[in-house]
Amino acid sequence: MQIPLILQFVNLLASILLLVVFAMLAQRRILSLINLFAWQGGILALSTFVVAYSTRQHHLYYSAGLTLVLKVLLLPWLLHRLIRKLQIRQEVETLINIPTTMLVGIGLVIFSFNLAAPIAELAQGITRGLIGIALASVLLSLLMMMTRRKAITQVVAFLSLENSLFFAATSATQGMPLVVEFGIALDVLVATFIFGIFFFQIRETFDSLDISHMEKLKDD
Amino acid sequence: MKNTGLILAIVFQLTQLLLVVLAAPLLTGWVNQCKAWLQNRSGAGVLQPYRALNKLFHKDAVIADNASWLFRITPYIVFGCMWLAAAIIPIIAVDLPFSRAADVIALVGVFALARMFIALAAMDVGTSFGSMGARREMLVSFLAEPALLMVLFTASLISQSTQLTHIVETFAHHQFILYPSLAFANIAFVMVLLAENARIPVDNPSTHLELTMIHEAMILEYSARHLALIEWASSLKLFAYIGIGIALFLPQGIIEAGNWAGLPVAIALLFGKLVLLGAGLALLEAMTAKVRIFRVPEFLGTAFLLAVLGLLIHFLLGT
Amino acid sequence: MIELPLLVLLATPLLGGIVLALLGARSWAAEINSLMSGCTFAISVWLAIVVIGSGPQTAFQEQFFIDQFNVFLVALTAFVAFTTSLFSRPYMRIEQHHGKLSTAMLHLYYSMYQLFTFTMLVALTTNNMGIIWVAMEAATLTTVLLVSLYRTPASLEAAWKYFILCGVGIALALFGTILLYFAAQRVLGSGGTALLWTHLNQVKGQLEPTVLKLAFVFLLVGYGTKIGLVPLHSWLPDAHAEGPTPVSAVLSGLLLNVALCAVMRSKVLVDGSLGNHFSGNLMMGFGLLSLVVAALFLSRQKDIKRMFAYSSIEHMGLITFSFGMGGQVATFAALLHMTMHSLTKSAIFFAVGHAVQKTGTQQMDHIRGLIHVSPTVGWGLMLGSLAILGMPPFGVFASEFLIITSAMHDYPWTTPFLLTALGIAFAAIFGRVQPMVYGQTSAKALPHTPALIPVFLHLLLVLILGLYMPPYLANWYRQAAALLS
Repeated sequence: MQIPLILQFVNLLASILLLVVFAMLAQRRILSLINLFAWQGGILALSTFVVAYSTRQHHLYYSAGLTLVLKVLLLPWLLHRLIRKLQIRQEVETLINIPTTMLVGIGLVIFSFNLAAPIAELAQGITRGLIGIALASVLLSLLMMMTRRKAITQVVAFLSLENSLFFAATSATQGMPLVVEFGIALDVLVATFIFGIFFFQIRETFDSLDISHMEKLKDD
Repeated sequence: MKNTGLILAIVFQLTQLLLVVLAAPLLTGWVNQCKAWLQNRSGAGVLQPYRALNKLFHKDAVIADNASWLFRITPYIVFGCMWLAAAIIPIIAVDLPFSRAADVIALVGVFALARMFIALAAMDVGTSFGSMGARREMLVSFLAEPALLMVLFTASLISQSTQLTHIVETFAHHQFILYPSLAFANIAFVMVLLAENARIPVDNPSTHLELTMIHEAMILEYSARHLALIEWASSLKLFAYIGIGIALFLPQGIIEAGNWAGLPVAIALLFGKLVLLGAGLALLEAMTAKVRIFRVPEFLGTAFLLAVLGLLIHFLLGT
Repeated sequence: MIELPLLVLLATPLLGGIVLALLGARSWAAEINSLMSGCTFAISVWLAIVVIGSGPQTAFQEQFFIDQFNVFLVALTAFVAFTTSLFSRPYMRIEQHHGKLSTAMLHLYYSMYQLFTFTMLVALTTNNMGIIWVAMEAATLTTVLLVSLYRTPASLEAAWKYFILCGVGIALALFGTILLYFAAQRVLGSGGTALLWTHLNQVKGQLEPTVLKLAFVFLLVGYGTKIGLVPLHSWLPDAHAEGPTPVSAVLSGLLLNVALCAVMRSKVLVDGSLGNHFSGNLMMGFGLLSLVVAALFLSRQKDIKRMFAYSSIEHMGLITFSFGMGGQVATFAALLHMTMHSLTKSAIFFAVGHAVQKTGTQQMDHIRGLIHVSPTVGWGLMLGSLAILGMPPFGVFASEFLIITSAMHDYPWTTPFLLTALGIAFAAIFGRVQPMVYGQTSAKALPHTPALIPVFLHLLLVLILGLYMPPYLANWYRQAAALLS
């Protein structure tokens, strides 16, 4: 049952990742939310690096580097800039109050752990449980996306979702083929730029980034 | 041979009892001193709690006219409970005779007993502050207790035992393993510790501001030796909680009963840990702001959430 | 052997996109767009002939894989993309003339149109399950700005919804892909080959069933968002109604197919691993739900493009259901229906686009008497609606008939649902279209003549296929169906 210390470290990072997602779910201020997102990226880069080191897969070093540059430095910087440029108010506005969200979150974690339990039994060593944690993070990010009212928090939730998936790809499966990873990273980058374009368009049109203005299209 | 073992164990138990009861005010003094330093004050010195206790013991007790026997007896019960708790926890050595008396769940029960008495006594006199404090205390403990139990369950699951002694043995005397679940439990435990010991951000032990105080509101009517005992019990409670924390998360250096050679090292290590943890606690308190009482449920809810997450992660990772 | 046509096929739209991005503000951008799309279509025919002649094969170190199934979709995609580009040339000019679009927006439109074609072709031809995902996401990204092209509040809302919902959906699909890789790794070892569909297909019996089951759920939900399966469909009517009509036509006629193709690729693997009808049941459930819900929503629409968007959901539901039933006949019917739906629905959107331009509104209550304003638009809309409703002798009738008979044979309990849904859809669409075409009107003529050749070309094809299926085409479908079931 004993697994090497370095892999235990990956497990620990995975748990911290889940914790960060919860912290994001509980966060009331947008700037702190973005900082947490940067932290999430940092943990992701570190865990990718550790997996790369322990499995000696060189292409994972590139992934780790890419994560570091893209998700710890570039994207948070862009988001900070956007917030300053658009002069967004600081509070995160939620549709459901935060404690309820947290309870639902716990439910989601239980659900995803249950779902992943048969996989955890199959997997050997390192990947044991990581799929479950990744799945839980994915669902929590989805929850965050659904319960937030501002466009920018939805975007952070979306990016956190991508991070969770990236974690699943690099740590749980020890790296997808490099071409796929680059494709994913490129898509995320382009998506963020498009989000940025959207922010300006939405604000120009609605004078606000509150997406509750955008509930006109309904079937009645 | 068996007899000598038993006697040795009893000697160790007595050592621990004495050590705990004598060192507890010192820990409180150290935390207060650290806080003073962090606030750029010179502070009253680490021995201040002893002086305060000494002063209180030499005063005459004033008791409200309508106070019942419950009011009088509570300080002794509370003090006794805390001392017992501190005796059960393996602070310097495992396998002490008392440690078999109660597992972690019973330990939580001992704390609950003390709390119940102090809350009843607070309401006994019938002042509005006492009732308010009791109500708030019950709210806090009602939320903190499940979180504490979850933390303890996580540790119990890992070590397959609810006996603190076994938990410590598992953690201290086996090969080092990283338990992510314990990391979660650790954070949750710190939050519970802050709440249960009337620390910032839940309560502030050093003010008597009627809008916010919890613990102090309950003991407003006490004076002299009764107050001294309650203060001492509070110190003991903090000591016991930190003792539990050490047992769960930092058990290296706790010796086995009867190991004379290891005793000085164990005590030195214990004091080292206490100095560090006390300073850490002061730092934590200095860095956070007290939250409004309405936010306390959220604070403790987070603690509970973390503890549950720890438990879940244990089930998932199953290391 | 197929390297050359494949390379040219993918390079043409990519090149077109780059060229149009660099020079797009010119007046002849529309012609370049049509030319590039035309070339792409010609090359796709070349590729199809090669593949039909020599069977399935891989190219470029197995990164691409062409078989009868996807070459059929490649040809269809290139064809509809070509005719849509023909349609969009005058259509977009009129929009510009009306002042709805600026030159800069047209610039964006033309370059994104080519890039969108490129991403769809990559998604169709790639052999790598990861690249399918990347291409699908890229397809969302290229179209999202097109949906908000008009910059009206409603179009922005639609684009935002499209982006968020499809982003989430596609993220779930990525999780499914990761799970698939996770399972494949245990058999094929880590590295490049574990995501290649051809390799996976060879070892599908050894893949871990529990993991694949979970993976398929995620893949279906993820790509299903793109297909527009209920309950993940809410972006689709908005995006179709608020985006420019050519974009609605390609979204409806093509993107939904490509997403379905990705699901089918996964289904083949999962069926091989599980050895039961799990994936089929799931697809049947989603398909039937989409069909019924979309039919119910159809009858309540007031906006003409929304109504036909719901009709797309309905037909996608039907196709998904049919693929879910499995078996040669049902798969054959689904493939046929996919073709018919693409051709018919894009034709309808072309006609609708012009109808909207003539009357200046998308509200069906205000569109009247199209046949008096422009007989071609009126007839186009009428015939297109009849075709999509499954009236004989159009091809949709043949495919729907096949689907319903195989459902009656294999799953008799589904027949009432299918028939009721199709009946409601018929009543709703026909009841709406009839006054729009024949009612009284006072609308004025347009400054530009509409390009209605694509409409009638599509409808003619649908009609021909309904009356007579050329043997080589039938054979082609049959081979594709055999590959999938």
